[in-house]
Amino acid sequence: MLRVSVRKRRGDFTLQAAFAAPTPGITALFGRSGSGKSTLVDIISGLLSPDEGKVRLGDTLLTDTQLRASLPVERRRIGYVFQDARLFPHLRVLGNLRYGAQRAAPDTPVIVFDEVVSLLGLSGLLQRRPQELSGGEKQRVALGRALLSQPQLLLLDEPLGSLDLARRQEVLPYLEALRDRLLIPMVYVSHEFEEVLRLATHLVLLDAGRVVLEGPVSEVSLRPELRSIVGPDLTGSVLEGVVTACNEAAGVADFAVGSGTLRLSLRGAVPGTRLRLQLLARDVILSTREIAGLSVRNAVCGTIAAISPDEEDTVLVSVDIGGAIVLARITRAALAALGLHSGQPIWALVKAVSMRGHAFRAPTRPEPPSRSPS
Amino acid sequence: MNGPLNSAELDALRLSLEVAVRSVVFSLPLAVVIAWVLTRTRFIGRTLFDAFVHLPLVLPPVAVGYALLIVFGTRAPVGAWLRAHFGIELAFTTAGAALATAVMTFPLMVRAIRLSLDNVDPGLEAAARTLGAGPLDRFFSVTLPLMLPGILAGAVTAFAAGLGEFGAVITFAANVPGVTRTLPLALYTAMQSPNGDAMALHLAGLSFLLGFLGLLAAELLVRRVRRLVGR
Repeated sequence: MLRVSVRKRRGDFTLQAAFAAPTPGITALFGRSGSGKSTLVDIISGLLSPDEGKVRLGDTLLTDTQLRASLPVERRRIGYVFQDARLFPHLRVLGNLRYGAQRAAPDTPVIVFDEVVSLLGLSGLLQRRPQELSGGEKQRVALGRALLSQPQLLLLDEPLGSLDLARRQEVLPYLEALRDRLLIPMVYVSHEFEEVLRLATHLVLLDAGRVVLEGPVSEVSLRPELRSIVGPDLTGSVLEGVVTACNEAAGVADFAVGSGTLRLSLRGAVPGTRLRLQLLARDVILSTREIAGLSVRNAVCGTIAAISPDEEDTVLVSVDIGGAIVLARITRAALAALGLHSGQPIWALVKAVSMRGHAFRAPTRPEPPSRSPS
Repeated sequence: MNGPLNSAELDALRLSLEVAVRSVVFSLPLAVVIAWVLTRTRFIGRTLFDAFVHLPLVLPPVAVGYALLIVFGTRAPVGAWLRAHFGIELAFTTAGAALATAVMTFPLMVRAIRLSLDNVDPGLEAAARTLGAGPLDRFFSVTLPLMLPGILAGAVTAFAAGLGEFGAVITFAANVPGVTRTLPLALYTAMQSPNGDAMALHLAGLSFLLGFLGLLAAELLVRRVRRLVGR
């Protein structure tokens, strides 16, 4: 567990944040630019000291202003991937990768050089100079360099922030592979909800220097505080479940979520794959009775759990489908015409093509038992 | 006269090279440290210290030589102490000429090194920290290699300028043939003597050639190293 509780003033901006991130797992620090995300990771890394507060990683105390204790950055064993990569220009890729490895603690390396090189696809780049790399390649090398320093925690400060869309799509799968193959806890700073959705297990939402929301991604995705940050177009629910069947010929897969099954447009998934998908509120249609003769592939029966205000003319209807919640955005006029109310049975209709799924093998290793009697 | 230069001219050339090399070798490490202190640290009196380091650029060289005599002269406090405890004599010796040259060229060196240090991104040093490198380790593995072009440029410029240092050397180390009579001093002496025209011409030509080669070498070297450290 990474526990952070700090205060830091910078000009007229004050960061006052507290959160606990489960380890292993990827915790996303999410929020608009200027919300204090980078300040927070700088404090965790030790590059910045808090005015007041504590940072603790597992049994290790990193900073405690009350005890006037602070572990120097170079002894924290916290890897840091900067937005601008910061590769050493006087060393080749190989030299950069070895830099952290040579300074790692002498106990047996958990992360092996060859594995990192193959996971990140670096074998063809080893003899290159950083100036000869593309933006995406630079970030992959920076990731490898940080990993090989055998960190107990990896901080990623908008690692895709300086890349264009194509380059992002190039690097994201590597990050997913790292999450699924290595059990290194990560703190991932981003202002792109898409990245959070694909990578994170836990989300900490920051706004104007405060933590406004914290929890597992699928839980907090329904909260209005998050909606105001991601905007109305991306409002929706995040569903987690398992692929139960797939039909490669038709390019669809069945996905068990709650008590229902959704059919989505997906190729290459094996039954048993854990999947997280985002279902946007604007893509969900509600019906008070079962309908036939539509092209919609999904009709799931549930009950209305809540009706909450949304934009001026619309409301958000939460539909409980056996434990999982689906959000639907409908107009106030439709709400009145259908006479919807809480507790009412309802059919949620979703097109198979409007769901985007991300394969997700969330790390399942339990936390090692704490050694200190606290 | 055998060869293009006579023995007095060769002596002057050899002395000039020796004095310039010694002055660079001794002042380079100090210049790197001072440049680092002036660029990367903040302390009370930093501006004063900065001005003091750059003073030789604006002072008359004779004044610098005179100040050195006051401090390092045979009977001056530091000079006497050095002689009593280490047997080091500076006034009127080759070592003294090198010291005077070093003081005069020091600001040039510090300037070049500072420029290169300004271009070293502190973010790279921060990255090195997160990878487990302590302060000295960071300096030698990241900062110093990235400063190398500036250090070399500073050293070669100081060397080329040191070949021709006149005022401070003649004031502090005097004009002793074979000991402190470097190229410019020999040139001056030749111009003062009734039959020295040919020699003066030789020495002046030699000075031009050396200075030109020095600057050229500096440029080529810096370009090459810059490529090597990727900047």
